[in-house]
Amino acid sequence: MLTIYIIIGALVLVVIWLLATYNGLITLRNRVKEAWSQIDVQLKRRSSLIPNLIEAVKGYVKHEKGVLTEVTKARTALMDAKTPHEAAKADNMLTGALKSLFAVAESYPNLKASENFKHLQEELSDTETKVAAARQFYNTNVLDLNNSLETIPSAWVGSTFGFIKEEFFKVTEEEKKDIKVEF
Amino acid sequence: MATVNTAWDHRSSNIIKTWLIMLFFSIFVVAVVYIFARGFGYSETGALGLVGFALIMAGIMNFVSYFFSDKIVLGLSGAKPIKKEDNPTLYRTVENLCIAAGLPVPKIYIMNEEAPNAFATGRDPKHAAIAFTKGILQRLDKLELEGVTAHELSHVGNRDTLVMAVVSVLVGMIAILSDIFMRSLWFGGNNRDIWGGVYMILAIVAAILAPIAAMLIQMAVSRRRELLADASGVLLTRYPRGLALALQKISSSHSQMKAAHTGTAHLFIINPLKGKSAGQWLVGLFNPPIEVRIKALQEMEGKV
Repeated sequence: MLTIYIIIGALVLVVIWLLATYNGLITLRNRVKEAWSQIDVQLKRRSSLIPNLIEAVKGYVKHEKGVLTEVTKARTALMDAKTPHEAAKADNMLTGALKSLFAVAESYPNLKASENFKHLQEELSDTETKVAAARQFYNTNVLDLNNSLETIPSAWVGSTFGFIKEEFFKVTEEEKKDIKVEF
Repeated sequence: MATVNTAWDHRSSNIIKTWLIMLFFSIFVVAVVYIFARGFGYSETGALGLVGFALIMAGIMNFVSYFFSDKIVLGLSGAKPIKKEDNPTLYRTVENLCIAAGLPVPKIYIMNEEAPNAFATGRDPKHAAIAFTKGILQRLDKLELEGVTAHELSHVGNRDTLVMAVVSVLVGMIAILSDIFMRSLWFGGNNRDIWGGVYMILAIVAAILAPIAAMLIQMAVSRRRELLADASGVLLTRYPRGLALALQKISSSHSQMKAAHTGTAHLFIINPLKGKSAGQWLVGLFNPPIEVRIKALQEMEGKV
């Protein structure tokens, strides 16, 4: 009789552990999703500032139209990005393109003095920080999820129920080098 | 074994140590309660009733200060709330670190004080408040201010108001029990056997020493949470130097805080009672020495 009770008790404990681990993994996965939507919000905010910026700069920058095309191209890529990796790459591209644009703007005193331009520049650099912060939060959550999916015993539960590891929001060193700053 | 010096290691080691202290504290509380119960010569149910009474009393006393922690503390320190337009740089610093920490943006307050200091309070992240003195905003550069803000937001994220409230309830319970026991001595006792006498003496010793021991444990928890907030903060900014430089600057300042208060002093990032009164060393016990914190931060440098 006692053995049966022990076996039943052990089974109950295993089931409780299984449920807790499974729910834990679901929570971690949902956190990653939520963190991703936070990045998305900031990226959208950033790309929505670009048309205004182009509008403000267009009148001044006559000879360096290429810079503007680069910015527009990066923005389109950012809006079309589906995976975290694509988004990270496009965002990196946009940062590079904006850098060249602001460098070009240095040689236009009237543009630099424009309140509208100053305001946009400030907003853009703030969204850049916000994207970085959201990215950091996202990566922390991905780390938590991936740790659980790689460490035993939660890894067993993860593979049984088909959980997959998420990718970090980052670009490789080589992709970083692809950004050319043109003048 | 990995070397214990990245910010992650510092963080987990401080979390584990908090739990160890709490475990030790729980055992301590149970032991003290048992000794008192035997000292009173109570039956088991009677002792349980007494403990329940002390726990409820301490709970009520601390619940108000926990639940209204933001309002009480902010009222005492004379902090004024600000909006984004009042100080966009500060607002953005807080907002951006909140995004990194995954916290809602707390209410931001400024205290009209020359002494550089800051604190955070609130019962949960939704009711959190973070306050800076004018002096700290003037003296710190952007990276240092980010370090301090990240430290304060980490207190919010780590639910330190709750942790300290739980500890205060236990400390309060021990104090109440000791008090009841000492008073009851005046009224003589029930019939006791020899064991009753032994427990009687043990209980008298406990009544004198336990409240002091409980306070010391509370300080140990408080220190742990400070070091933990430093490490968690570094994980947000990824720049230990910022906080280390800020701590150095704040601690070397000679201005005194007008609204410094022994009741709220332990909340601040740096003891605001410096050189002010006997309260100085008392609060010094709640906050780890500045050198220890800076040394821990230096260890993390380049390893985050």
